[in-house]
Amino acid sequence: MNLHEYQAKTLLQKYGIPVPRGQVIAVAKETVAVTTEIASDGWVVKAQVHAGGRGKAGGVKVVKSAKEAQIVASELLGKTLVTYQNAPDGQPVNQVLIEETLPIARELYLSMLVDRTLERVVVIASSAGGMDIEEIAQTSPEKILEEICDPLNGLVDFQARNLAFKLDLAGDQISAFTKILKGLYRLFKENDLALLEINPLVVTTDGKLFALDCKMSIDDNALYRQKSLAEQRDWSQEDSKEAIAHHAGLNYIALNGNIGCMVNGAGLAMATMDLIKLHGGTPANFLDVGGGATAETVTKAFKIILADNNVKAILVNIFGGIMRCDIIAEGIITAVKDVGMQIPVIVRLEGTNVDLGKQMLQTSGLNIISANDLTDAAVQAVKAVAV
Amino acid sequence: MSILVNKNTKVLCQGFTGKQGTFHSEQALAYGTKMVGGVTPGKGSLVHLGLPVFNTMRDAVRETGANASVIYVPPAFAADSILEACDAGIDLIICITEGIPVLDMLNVKAALKANGTKLIGPNCPGVITPDECKIGIMPGSIHLRGKVGIVSRSGTLTYEAVHQTTALKLGQSTCVGIGGDPIKGLNFIECLQMFEADSETEAIIMVGEIGGSDEEAAAEFIKSNVTKPVAAYIAGQTAPAGKRMGHAGAIISGGSGKAVDKIRALELAGAVVASSPAGLGEAVLAAISNKK
Repeated sequence: MNLHEYQAKTLLQKYGIPVPRGQVIAVAKETVAVTTEIASDGWVVKAQVHAGGRGKAGGVKVVKSAKEAQIVASELLGKTLVTYQNAPDGQPVNQVLIEETLPIARELYLSMLVDRTLERVVVIASSAGGMDIEEIAQTSPEKILEEICDPLNGLVDFQARNLAFKLDLAGDQISAFTKILKGLYRLFKENDLALLEINPLVVTTDGKLFALDCKMSIDDNALYRQKSLAEQRDWSQEDSKEAIAHHAGLNYIALNGNIGCMVNGAGLAMATMDLIKLHGGTPANFLDVGGGATAETVTKAFKIILADNNVKAILVNIFGGIMRCDIIAEGIITAVKDVGMQIPVIVRLEGTNVDLGKQMLQTSGLNIISANDLTDAAVQAVKAVAV
Repeated sequence: MSILVNKNTKVLCQGFTGKQGTFHSEQALAYGTKMVGGVTPGKGSLVHLGLPVFNTMRDAVRETGANASVIYVPPAFAADSILEACDAGIDLIICITEGIPVLDMLNVKAALKANGTKLIGPNCPGVITPDECKIGIMPGSIHLRGKVGIVSRSGTLTYEAVHQTTALKLGQSTCVGIGGDPIKGLNFIECLQMFEADSETEAIIMVGEIGGSDEEAAAEFIKSNVTKPVAAYIAGQTAPAGKRMGHAGAIISGGSGKAVDKIRALELAGAVVASSPAGLGEAVLAAISNKK
């Protein structure tokens, strides 16, 4: 789950990390109150969407007057911002963050994440702030600095100093940087973050450090114990079908094709998408119904798949496992009737009582094609949408 | 022979009296797994499925001499259960639970390493040596004792590999579902190493998916350390970047973790990579005949 910049900055402040003075608004006329309260030579108006590349897409603008701030805010609010990261659909701008401008001397990069190979929290820093880290990695890999945190001791002072000196910080900045880094580590751990990125961390002309922009994502598996963060989730930033599926307890990801997929198991669900592609079709979605595949979950899954108007056929691929195929077949038949299915459903079943399951599907009198095997299922599905 | 588990493996179940623990312990007992008891805190001294229930893992291990434990507790309590099994001196822990927070797993891994304990999972189907020992949620009936060692990040794709090798009468020596989480216990390399050393295993199937670089690391390992034929399949060739595909670990991020890179690495290492999940059986046959 991702946080908005303004939400992330509220967390930063809680952990003593300096951020520019600012205020988030949802109505343009509130700009006046904000610019009055935050006296500054100028302000930055920043669209709050869950995507990078906002600046280049016109979602971040520097203004010199309160009047200009209000014009920009009213232009951005209610607009759909399309950046290179969320194209082509874009995301709605429901809030803008208005912040004071700062006199910037240098821009640094700072992030924390869980490294899968090292199995440690890793801090990444660079003097090449303001650029994407992937871009820095390509153009100047020597500028990427790394410190690995031991789970027992966490991030310790010397590691912060290691980075600070290599970033050419000096004097009071060393201890200021150390304090920031230790605060960030505590924030990362206490809030179950999966990723924390401050880009840029700026050094002002008077030598102070500020987190100018911030991205945070939270480990979905930890949301049960991060309730106040979970409540901040902005569903407007997510695909509406994915949001509905999430609330129904289904693992669904929307894609651009026309063959809907309903599969048990994440690996098999991905493999089914690949198989459709291999046989010349395009999958409309990823959907893992899990081990149960009861009439109730299948019905829910069908409804979500059918909400996508591009879908012209549905491929159901279930490896029965411990659950018997005849029970699964019964569930599918019930669900096909319940949703009033208008398009062909191709079903591949495997597992215990598979012959009985297939026979039930074939004799159901419904628009269900019982496939012989995995390959046959994909071929039949591609054929069904080609008509 | 086989790897990790056999007919002498004495298995405890954590979360024994719960719905999942009960159902899968019944299945394991029916399969012939040597289940010796279970743990549910507060239910010690009960008898469940004809086996003793203990309050703590220390008690359970002392009384039963178990050397393996399978965990079916909810995600909020699973890290604690792994640590408890580790503390009690269990050699092999199998954690089926999906949804353990990543930061918990970092601490768990550090403790396991300090104790030299093996973990399979979390978020996995478990491990099975056909006809001897089934620990986990896989359907026992699809297996056939034989010569292919299977290691996979996906549960249902493991079943596909099993189904196809059974149909071809190749059978399986041991099947290990290592799980779909980013931070997990046994990895491809450790399983490949065990299969390479196992006299019964004549060929290996590895099933990977997008996310991370474990398949690339495994490919490097195969190149210099594995003499047995290897067939592979990588799921997620059509998965979009930046989206988590069901499994917590299945995500392409910052340009890394793509299926195409993993496939290329495995092919360069001499593995036969199936283009379809339906082709795993044929791929392992091809890998075997290539080595001859």
